[in-house]
Amino acid sequence: MSHVIPRRIYYVIFAVLVVLTLVTTEVAFFDFGLMNPVIALTIAVVKATVVVLYFMHMRYSSRLTMVIGAAGIFWLGILLALTMSDYLARGAGTY
Amino acid sequence: MDSLTLPRTHYANAEYGLRSWLLTTDHKRIALLFLGSISAFFLIGGLFAMLIRLELLTPPGDMVGADTYNKLFTMHGIVMIFMFLIPSIPAVFGNFFVPIMVGAKDLAFPRLNLLSWYIFMIGGLFTLAAIALGGVDTGWTFYTPFSTHASQSNVMVAAVGVFIMGFSSILTGLNFIVTIHTMRAPGLTWFRLPLFIWAMYATSLINVLGTPVLAISLVAVALERALHIGIFDPAYGGDPVLFQHLFWFYSHPAVYIMVLPSMGVVSELVATFSRKNIFGYTFVAFSSLAIAVFGFLVWGHHMFVAGMSVYGAMIFSILSFMVAVPSAVKVFNWTATLYKGSISYETPMLYALGFIGLFAVGGLTGLFLATLAVDVHVHDTYFVVAHFHYIMVGGALMGYLGALHYWWPKMTGRMYPDLIGRIAAVTVFIGFNLTFFPQFVLGYLGMPRRYHAYAEEFQALNVLSTAGASILAVGFLIPAFYLLWSLKYGKVAGANPWGSVSLEWTTPSPPPTFNFDETPVIAGPAYDYREPEAKRA
Amino acid sequence: MPDAAFDPRAVPGADAHAAALHSPALKHHFDDLGQQKEAATLGMWLFLATEVLFFGGLFAAYLLYRVWYPDVFGEASRSLDITLGSVNTLVLIGSSLTMALAVHAAATGQRRTLMIFIALTMLLGAVFLGIKGVEYYDKIVHHHVPGPSFHFEGPTPERAQLFFSLYFAMTGLHAFHMVIGLGLMTVILLMAWRGRFSATWYTPVEMSGLYWHFVDIIWIFLFPLLYLVDRHS
Repeated sequence: MSHVIPRRIYYVIFAVLVVLTLVTTEVAFFDFGLMNPVIALTIAVVKATVVVLYFMHMRYSSRLTMVIGAAGIFWLGILLALTMSDYLARGAGTY
Repeated sequence: MDSLTLPRTHYANAEYGLRSWLLTTDHKRIALLFLGSISAFFLIGGLFAMLIRLELLTPPGDMVGADTYNKLFTMHGIVMIFMFLIPSIPAVFGNFFVPIMVGAKDLAFPRLNLLSWYIFMIGGLFTLAAIALGGVDTGWTFYTPFSTHASQSNVMVAAVGVFIMGFSSILTGLNFIVTIHTMRAPGLTWFRLPLFIWAMYATSLINVLGTPVLAISLVAVALERALHIGIFDPAYGGDPVLFQHLFWFYSHPAVYIMVLPSMGVVSELVATFSRKNIFGYTFVAFSSLAIAVFGFLVWGHHMFVAGMSVYGAMIFSILSFMVAVPSAVKVFNWTATLYKGSISYETPMLYALGFIGLFAVGGLTGLFLATLAVDVHVHDTYFVVAHFHYIMVGGALMGYLGALHYWWPKMTGRMYPDLIGRIAAVTVFIGFNLTFFPQFVLGYLGMPRRYHAYAEEFQALNVLSTAGASILAVGFLIPAFYLLWSLKYGKVAGANPWGSVSLEWTTPSPPPTFNFDETPVIAGPAYDYREPEAKRA
Repeated sequence: MPDAAFDPRAVPGADAHAAALHSPALKHHFDDLGQQKEAATLGMWLFLATEVLFFGGLFAAYLLYRVWYPDVFGEASRSLDITLGSVNTLVLIGSSLTMALAVHAAATGQRRTLMIFIALTMLLGAVFLGIKGVEYYDKIVHHHVPGPSFHFEGPTPERAQLFFSLYFAMTGLHAFHMVIGLGLMTVILLMAWRGRFSATWYTPVEMSGLYWHFVDIIWIFLFPLLYLVDRHS
């Protein structure tokens, strides 16, 4: 059967998530130019990752589960990347 | 055991009554529920096809008006794609045989399987309602801004219907993936699986990863149409081509949902009817996965002339060339399997051979379309129509018919008269080529698609095409008669009428409710025609 | 896999194993509870992957239009209440904590604790929806709801409307999933109250937990994307 994870870990992860939320909110009020969305999304990715790994037990799950999780994100990446490859390249060149 | 009597109890007579069918969780019964539904839908889709071909007998639009014609090809597309081809092999033969081929008693989630059928029927009902209410005229592709702003037809109802049916595909795919991962019999390692299972697995990947994007595209169209949210509307800064990106992200992989299962079937048929192991099993297995993955990277080739960036188009073009490679690998491997095989030409094999030839033509013409410069000329012409019908009908549908004729004795316990089966197969082949080959020429000569009228000089080829369609229709109808006839009067088939070594033929025909009396243990490769007894432990 | 000669009673420590083999929770087409649990877990993760792509279509639209109209999107974003947004984020994170603790309680056979944490999760979920309701009401009052009564100061109000269309579509879809989550939790609560769960079998709690955390993750991305576009201007 599955691991029973000590509750302490959940409290730690919760604290991490709260801190990161406060950080991302505060940082938004400072002008880092193009880095603002990068920072915000990086923090969001870190938050999502710890939720997936610990709250959703991915850390303690089979490799196949990890592959499925990764596949979902990777496929979203394909959708976003190839769609934007059209839009970002429009107007480029002499066409 | 006398193998030429029907087993006394099997899955179809273990319980009686409507409730036992409508509330069944037996994957085999659910497969038959799907078989009934999609057969009915196929007739409806075929009816629209006949009306199209009748209109196109003469150059002027004299049978129906332009708007009605738009509805005819739209409904033909929606019904044939979403209500027949997408479910076809997975929901019928996948449902029936995936558990048996992996040595399991049922799929991982039997109740979800039944739910999948009900979802399919509800979605189907919505789509039929759209037809009854007067049809949809946007094309099955629902392009914006016509679908969101200008069309006066029942777009919402149809979109809701397709949206709902999408969840049926997702659930089926999810069920197959989990089953294949977790419920294989002892000794059944991945590389001992039949190639049909590899094909079902790859198809399921596409179903699970692609269909949700179709779903959200249709939601967006519905929101745009009802609430004018602006997501595809230039007046609000939106881009109509964005819809095409979201739509084709699913709908290109969808064509692989339609053809991969047939490829899996062809692998089974070629092995059985040439009494030979599939040449290059590993390559064929991985090619299914490659098609599933690469199929997600090419959708832009539907949009080359829609205003997308040239550089984006170039990327999609080269990826589209690459996706042809794994398909070609399969064709080469099937051919190599046939070489020096002990080939017999029963009905299923005729369909398999038809698939190989016609799919090759369809696939090669795809390369023409993937070439940017050529596509500029043939996009939205009958060249495209011919290309995809060679794949969808010459390929996918022939694979479906091959599966139907191959596994009919297993599912029903009865054989059909093979001579009539072969006559029907040849009729289909002749009718098909007569219908669609002229369309390559028509497209090349410039006849546009989705027009109810055309220039005078195209009439001769159109008449040829319609004549072919009539023959094709006859070819499709003949099996309905002899298959239904065989249920009562067909010869009892026995467990293994074809002499195949695949696992499903070791269980009685029809199989018992729990598929096997004892869980099978596998000790040998998937196809071993040299020593058929060695692989069963 | 057990073969014909395997006798569970003959194996040391077999009682728990035998119990697992003959548990009323074991469905007949599975060999044992472990296989059944693995199947359920894979199935739920696959479903969550479909949800990623379902939301993903809207994320794609959002990405495009934010790249095209950064200034208007920034202005529209600033009209969202960042305090309510960040509070809501904390509320959902809290609900994920209570959900994780609920699963833990189920795994250790603590029925009452399980019910308490499920109820807390539902409470926090309801708080989230309540705050969302307040925000939506605020948007209605300010005429920021796309439609005939939409009004936004600036040179390109129609592009601001595009932002709000995406805002309502994305948060609306998210809220819809939350409501479904609350429905799931109700079912779990009822099943827990009826004593259906034990340390041997609590799969529905775990699967519902996965769903709940996923809905939280969607919000973890929605918050910075919608609320934090350009707060420093």
